[in-house]
Amino acid sequence: MIEKGLTGSKTYMTWLGLLGSLMAVGAYGYKQQLDYGLGITGMGRDISWGIYVAQFTFMVGVAASAVMLVLPYYLHNFKAFAKIVVLGEFLAVSAVVMCILFIFVDLGKPSRILNVMLYPTPHSMLFWDMLVLNGYLILNTLCGRVVLKAERQQVPPPKWIKPFILLSIPWAFSIHTVTAFLFAGLPGRHLWLTAILAPRFLASAFAAGPALLILLALLVKRIADFDAGKAAFDKLITIVTYGSIANFFFIGLEFFTAYYSNIPSHMHSLEYLYFGLDGKTALVPFMWTSTFLGLGAIGLFLYPKTRDNETLLAIACAGIFISLWIDKGIGLIIGGFVPNAFEEVIEYQVTGVEISIVVGIWATGIFVLSVLFKSAIDIKKIHE
Amino acid sequence: MKKERRDFIKQAGFVGAAVVTGGAAVVTSGILAPTTANASSGHEVTDSDQPRLGMVIDMTKCKEECNDCSDICHSVHNVPDHGNPKDEIKWIWKNEYERVFTDKSHQYVSQDLKQKPFLTMCNHCDDPPCVKVCPTNATFKRNDGIVQMDFHRCIGCRFCMAGCPYGSRSFNWIEPRPAIKEIDSSFPTRERGVVEKCNFCAELIDKGEKPACVTTCKEGALIFGDLNDPNSEIRKVLETTKTIQRKPGLGTKPSVFYVV
Repeated sequence: MIEKGLTGSKTYMTWLGLLGSLMAVGAYGYKQQLDYGLGITGMGRDISWGIYVAQFTFMVGVAASAVMLVLPYYLHNFKAFAKIVVLGEFLAVSAVVMCILFIFVDLGKPSRILNVMLYPTPHSMLFWDMLVLNGYLILNTLCGRVVLKAERQQVPPPKWIKPFILLSIPWAFSIHTVTAFLFAGLPGRHLWLTAILAPRFLASAFAAGPALLILLALLVKRIADFDAGKAAFDKLITIVTYGSIANFFFIGLEFFTAYYSNIPSHMHSLEYLYFGLDGKTALVPFMWTSTFLGLGAIGLFLYPKTRDNETLLAIACAGIFISLWIDKGIGLIIGGFVPNAFEEVIEYQVTGVEISIVVGIWATGIFVLSVLFKSAIDIKKIHE
Repeated sequence: MKKERRDFIKQAGFVGAAVVTGGAAVVTSGILAPTTANASSGHEVTDSDQPRLGMVIDMTKCKEECNDCSDICHSVHNVPDHGNPKDEIKWIWKNEYERVFTDKSHQYVSQDLKQKPFLTMCNHCDDPPCVKVCPTNATFKRNDGIVQMDFHRCIGCRFCMAGCPYGSRSFNWIEPRPAIKEIDSSFPTRERGVVEKCNFCAELIDKGEKPACVTTCKEGALIFGDLNDPNSEIRKVLETTKTIQRKPGLGTKPSVFYVV
């Protein structure tokens, strides 16, 4: 089935080749990191997690967002998603692949990664995260594949797959909840020590993921002549709009609690991120870009004409995606380490090698996504 | 459709029940919740046959310009000196009072005290968050209370560094061995990619000796002993002197105490 994704027009093959070369750039960066050590990144004694863990966290959200298609389609019989539910599942597969790679490149001793399974430690949230992420990868690969295979043979999906599909629904919530628990249970990291971290993660996930899916659906409509249908687009827009509003509402709640209570340790990280602390302001422009892009996108989503104008829709989706990518894929994780345990403000400076590895992983994810989408769309178009 | 929904409710119910019972088991077994029921923070003393090693740092005796303790510690433990703060590895070092006691400094604290260098190190917490978050048990608490590292099991995920609220842990960002002045063959050197920190000289404790910093200190500023033994020297000092801990409000129960 997957062979369909590995062959195609000259343009498609060139695209895969381009992604392949970006993957090679990432691999070269990773080799440099292996030779020198993680000291080649911007991380250090005070900011001990950087862009890898931040990108990992963001991609878990994108992966979880597949549930926004699976749930309406399988639980509420929302037929308009019939054509794209598998695309959501395959987006989840590519996103989880990226998550696993981001964790892998972050390890100081990658050769020992199996220790997590050899010495299971239920008291560590990382152990549970490993379980739920791998489980989610298997569930989505299985469900997507079996349903698509049935479609190719023009028979209804086998009955035994249904429990797995239903299980993938709570499972999607679990991956992002457990990922939030990695951060939300640490004493002394005030930005993360909040009960609404998991809901905030889910809200931003259900905005960023479906926004990306709309962009991808618009893309395949143009280049592959595969139309998800107006009803599917409309529903996705509604989901993104609610998700985005919930996300900014939660950020507002964090500000209220920190600033009204006036507890310095609760305000410090927010202050660093949005206004600068002790004269250090590296992330301030990013956070305000995120805020304005996000609020602007919400404005566009609420404007009725956006639904009928693909250009406006693409701008709104790109806006909310970039906004949340900055908020979660940079600010939330780095900001949690500033100030450090001694209340010193030390900043993180991402390095070229780090960026090349991040680009390589994104290229890998997009490669997997291209192959899976191409296979699925080819099959669906034959039997339309 | 009807059948699908019924199936779902059945399955969802099962998953829900599993989550709830699992959660209850986690809380009652004390994995997530403190085992003490005392609302006051679990600071009550429990004398036990099992030792809990701890230290009192008497800052009234500690000399500002003296660094004997960190020098000896870093030399017997092969701690590398990379000469830059980003890659820095440290087991015991000095930082200003208002940095070490972030929650105890205030706006009118005397200028002298504010900037006075205080010794800081791993607190060997009785409820160590680093141990809780470690996904491989590479960091663990020994029966005598020492929070120890297994350098051969650590995968270098640095979850413990995010978990430690005291900044006591260092990671080997680059190759440590070339940066060690003189290798002491009685203690292992580390590889790149693992976390390390003060180990209360577990290797000496096991031979019945005291930590190197304690024996080296000429001023007698470091008092080491069993916190669970009411007759130990350290308990007597704690009984008769006003002492404080770093960030006691976090519930980690540090085993290092300070006389200011």
